[in-house]
Amino acid sequence: MLKTVAKFEIQYLQYLGEDGKPLGKKLPAFAKDHELLKQLYADMVRLRTFDAKAYAMQRTGKMGTYPASLGQEAIGIGYGSVMKKEDVLVPYYRSTGGLLKHGVTMTEILTYWGGDERGSDFSEAREDLPIAVPIATQCLNAAGVATAFKLRGQKRAAVTEIGEGGTSKGDFYEAINVAGVWKLPVLFIVNNNQWAISVPSEIQTACETYAQKALAAGITCLQVDGNDILAVREAAEQALERARAGEGATLLECISYRLCDHTTADDASRYRSQEEVEAAWQREPVRRLRLYMEHLGIWSEADEEALKAKVAEEVEAAVQEFLNLPAPKATDMLDYLYAELPEKLKEQRDELAGGVN
Amino acid sequence: MPAVTLIEAVTMAMAYELEHDRDVVVLGEDVGVNGGVFRATAGLQQKFGKERVIDTPLAESMIAGLSVGMATQGMKPVAEIQFLGFIFSAVDQLFTQAARMRNRTRGRLSCPMVVRAPYGGGIHAPEHHSESTEALFAHIPGLKVVIPSNPSRAYGLLLAAIRDPDPVIFLEPKRVYRLVKHEVEDNGEAYPLETCFVDREGSDITLISWGAMMHETLLAAEQLAQEGISAEVIDVATVAPLDVETLVESVEKTGRALIVQEAPKSGAVGSEIAAELAEKAILHLLAPIGRVSGYDTVMPYYKLEKQYMPGVDRIVAKAKELMEYV
Repeated sequence: MLKTVAKFEIQYLQYLGEDGKPLGKKLPAFAKDHELLKQLYADMVRLRTFDAKAYAMQRTGKMGTYPASLGQEAIGIGYGSVMKKEDVLVPYYRSTGGLLKHGVTMTEILTYWGGDERGSDFSEAREDLPIAVPIATQCLNAAGVATAFKLRGQKRAAVTEIGEGGTSKGDFYEAINVAGVWKLPVLFIVNNNQWAISVPSEIQTACETYAQKALAAGITCLQVDGNDILAVREAAEQALERARAGEGATLLECISYRLCDHTTADDASRYRSQEEVEAAWQREPVRRLRLYMEHLGIWSEADEEALKAKVAEEVEAAVQEFLNLPAPKATDMLDYLYAELPEKLKEQRDELAGGVN
Repeated sequence: MPAVTLIEAVTMAMAYELEHDRDVVVLGEDVGVNGGVFRATAGLQQKFGKERVIDTPLAESMIAGLSVGMATQGMKPVAEIQFLGFIFSAVDQLFTQAARMRNRTRGRLSCPMVVRAPYGGGIHAPEHHSESTEALFAHIPGLKVVIPSNPSRAYGLLLAAIRDPDPVIFLEPKRVYRLVKHEVEDNGEAYPLETCFVDREGSDITLISWGAMMHETLLAAEQLAQEGISAEVIDVATVAPLDVETLVESVEKTGRALIVQEAPKSGAVGSEIAAELAEKAILHLLAPIGRVSGYDTVMPYYKLEKQYMPGVDRIVAKAKELMEYV
């Protein structure tokens, strides 16, 4: 006898079409708040402006390698906008939007990518983890933070983000597995931007969706239009409310497109066509929200110009602050290694302090 | 005072910290209901509950990665890796996250966590159960690597490791888990880390070892004494960061150093000790620094295990060879 013992389906959430018009009558409640929409829009524009500046600074030798979020702004700004201060973000290298929304400053992000550990000494988001560069390690660390919340009975959630390529790694599977079995208050955001450097999804997985990987772990999952900030924010808000209420973990696959290179060290034209990129520009999130706001009659060309001028000024101020940062002390590399400098390292510290290379 | 084995001392130390510090949790595979495959956590879950002594899914990277996340929240996870040979999938988390958290956040976050693992040969175990890879961890800045050699040291050093504000790899020499008993008072008194212990005083040669090899080394010292050679014996205990001062002081006194380790010879903790002694005490040396160690090969299966492991005879012979330099 053969019978079906379990059945699954993957749902997809989208509110706004590519033309910025609502697909149906139902919109999330927060969409009525036009000031909030403008805020989300401003945050995405600021991120895009910041990324462009960071890119330019790398090109002119003022900063190191940088991974931009071009085309993926709705994801970080979306989930970041519904995180509470007491929640903890466990970011990866493309979580700039989430970090900015959770109180990390543009100056700190420039400092980090500018090759200076002080950039991860976040002044506001004191409990957020530093940016993870190895792939998928952050998923387990987020599950660990969530374990601490659960064991201590705190109504807080951990949020982490990973690229779709990272979901091939063991740490990702191990994290969603334990998040399921322990019902951890954690939200996994998969930024499916179609390209893991040069590797497309057909090389990455045989799954129809990345969301369905969560089914094997027994956690809630949803596929979301990652270019539609209304959908990302709504899905993330529900997931975080469930997490804080003790109802367990969620995985959101946010479908976007990496309109930029992987990092400043990459040249995406080597592995994907210009036609594909041009088509993706029609779906991108900033344009979409702007079209929606124009459709609502709450956004004008003058508003756009004023916003662009404002964020350019903010970004420039952050850049100046970064450039004016006093150089770090050489001895910092030893002084923060342990709570107390081991006796064995004192000689090395003296040598370092001597300043002879 | 109860007389306890090394593994019972490990259990005692964890129980003491679970009792006195709400932030301490024990986690790992089979550590709860089963009490650990070596019984290191026997009775702890019954006493402290499932939220303090946690059975995890079977995934070593997860055990380490969860511990990192919990530790950044100020908890003090004491994680068990069932055998050191299974730690490699957790190494990513230990090296890229645990070891670096304090440094890369400039002190904002830290990882006060302990990873315990039984290690070493001599118990006829299957493949991957007998290696001595302490040097891998000793090489990574940001980690501390601590190895007890006897029951009282296991108790005092594990307490210190759990209380330490930085990540500690605590390697338990399983060959001597039940070899000897010590009277250990369960008084919560920790031993200092980064400190070598002089276990036998002597004037002719310094024998330097750690972990299970301390037993062969002490036996060798006894035999040497019968032949009129006075050996000082040092238990390194914290193999990283090393307490160089105690080692140098001893060698300055005796003029001879013999390092005894179970691990393969090259690129090992013994190599670092030899280098430090060469840098700091060479003018006091009467003889070349000697090493008795495992061989630079894959740990053999147990039919050849005995031939691989340094024994008392090799230690005595090497010590006598060094005594010939005057």
